[in-house]
Amino acid sequence: MLKIIRYILLDLLRSRFTLFYTLLLFLSTVGLYQIDGDPGKVMLSLLNILLMVVPLVSIVFSTIHFHNSYEFIELMLSQPVPRSRVLFAEFFATALSLGLAFMVGIGVPMLLFGAGGGSLILVGTGFLLTIVFVSLAFLASVLTRDKARAIGIALLFWFYFSLIYDAFVLWLLYSFSDYPLDQPTLILVSLNPIDLARIVMMLQMDISALMGYTGAFFRNFFGSYQGILFSLSALLIWAVWPIAVANRIFNKKDL
Amino acid sequence: MYFRTLLFLLIIFPGCTYARVLEVSPASRLSLAGAIGLAKNGDTVVVIGGRHRSGNLLIQKSMTLLGKNKPVLDGEGKYEILTIQAARVKVSGFRFERSGRSNIDDYAGLKAQGADFLEVSHNEFSETFFGIHVSKSNFVHIHHNQLKASSLLEYELGNGIHLWKCHSARIHRNRIEGHRDGIYFEFVTKTSIQSNYSYKNKRYGLHFMFSNDNSYRNNTFRNNGAGVAVMYTARVHMEGNTFDQNWGASSYGLLLKDIRDSEVLNNRFTGNTSGVYMEGTSRTRFERNTFKNNGWAVQLQASCDGNSFHRNNFIGNTFDIATNGSLVLNTTDHNYWDKYQGYDLNRDGTGDIPFYPVSLFSMIVERIPPAMLLWRSFMVFLLNRAESVLPAITPEDLKDHSPSMKPYDLR
Repeated sequence: MLKIIRYILLDLLRSRFTLFYTLLLFLSTVGLYQIDGDPGKVMLSLLNILLMVVPLVSIVFSTIHFHNSYEFIELMLSQPVPRSRVLFAEFFATALSLGLAFMVGIGVPMLLFGAGGGSLILVGTGFLLTIVFVSLAFLASVLTRDKARAIGIALLFWFYFSLIYDAFVLWLLYSFSDYPLDQPTLILVSLNPIDLARIVMMLQMDISALMGYTGAFFRNFFGSYQGILFSLSALLIWAVWPIAVANRIFNKKDL
Repeated sequence: MYFRTLLFLLIIFPGCTYARVLEVSPASRLSLAGAIGLAKNGDTVVVIGGRHRSGNLLIQKSMTLLGKNKPVLDGEGKYEILTIQAARVKVSGFRFERSGRSNIDDYAGLKAQGADFLEVSHNEFSETFFGIHVSKSNFVHIHHNQLKASSLLEYELGNGIHLWKCHSARIHRNRIEGHRDGIYFEFVTKTSIQSNYSYKNKRYGLHFMFSNDNSYRNNTFRNNGAGVAVMYTARVHMEGNTFDQNWGASSYGLLLKDIRDSEVLNNRFTGNTSGVYMEGTSRTRFERNTFKNNGWAVQLQASCDGNSFHRNNFIGNTFDIATNGSLVLNTTDHNYWDKYQGYDLNRDGTGDIPFYPVSLFSMIVERIPPAMLLWRSFMVFLLNRAESVLPAITPEDLKDHSPSMKPYDLR
């Protein structure tokens, strides 16, 4: 499997897209640092990149990549190699290349302009989010043989997680505002990886506001490292389950 | 030597009212209670070192109590340590330890009643129930004291410096830690509170009611359970104070309830859940304050009127101003807002389009607190944008007509 991963990874790292993505992140981060001297504001802009751009690029690129390497996958499967191994190799290679691109693109300028604890967590969260969306992309890809439809599903995933879901949660909160909503909100929010990443970052940036207005439940949750641990482990679950489902489908699928 | 000279003088002029000095030391046979009993008006009792378990000491004469080498007055967890019921008493240089605790008798390290011109300075209070408890005494001067309590239970704690029905007091340069309220005033007027440091108190760093015409300068209130709360008072002057790191659901940097005709100038509000919370507050000026990294910089309830916010800096707050209604009777002008995205074409230093400090989402959070978890999501961003283009829910009148383009150079 390592051999396959290495082959795909090298192929991906050499491709123009990964370079372009790294460069884009790098330049925008450097630009942000130069425009605004306040590191807090830079973090805010980077957070927007993290929550919008990273999931979109990860999911669309991975879907396209999967479909472009269909012939390669078929060729691999004609060899005595289990299907899961090929799929996981593709997954790890894609996730690693995009994750590395993100870490270099955002992390290096951060190191250059002075990194705090918050920026370290930003890079880590972005890496995890990349993996989650690559995982979702693989799920979208194995659902259909048609590339255009797969990209459609991928975009739908992105749209759902970054916009529709939050609107739905807000509507729910509005409708049930007469009830105690602390715990349900937390559960609802952890059903969305983008929200989880957002909360990890909020714990760094808006902690004083988070501590207000909320009950003892939130206070315990956010007051300690519990909040970050919970969010990160929930993100990990989000990285694992789509690729696991994709694997099941891929194993049974008629290529 | 001094003592002998005085004794000599006393012998020469018998019957004269020259002040005597009585010395209590481990070597002398005189006990502290004995010395206080012997002393007459105007005398000085000097206590040198040692630990004194004298139960409750009662002073009913105008005298000076001077501690050298920090003598300890131990209340053994049972007694009120020192009770003063006379004018012109000075207490300086002692360490008060372990007073009794009683919510009925309000035991204190030092309690004064009807003690005008009392001066309490350079003392330490450790594990006393109330620290310094003064009532019906005017022209009191309390300075350079350190008070510390460490119980975790609020009912086992009294207030650090507690004044009731006093006027013209001066409370300067004290440090108060871990009490119920750091400084508590009720019916205290014309008093100056300066350069005190009140922190980690279980309830409020500073708490006063019905206390008009007081001035608070250069104090620091940090990390108190519920911040600072002041109520039912007119003509408060607050200048150069720091309100820092007061976190929690009902914790406020500064809570103003039914305050009128007051001034809040040059203060710093940093890292609080809520910098300033105002309810029923009228005609109060906020100028040259810095609001930095608070959850809510200012929570301005609709019951406030005639307040003005001028030339303040709002930097890095999650929400700048929140309110609970659409009625706006207050003015905000010439402030610096780091969230302002307008332009300044004529380059006069003020933005050409007004700034609306109340965001839609802050109104939503006001109504449904758990919605806070959606903050900074793309959907909330869109909602706020749509609202700022066409205000429908946020109060249209709450705006800064001439926001400053650059932060003011403040303390």
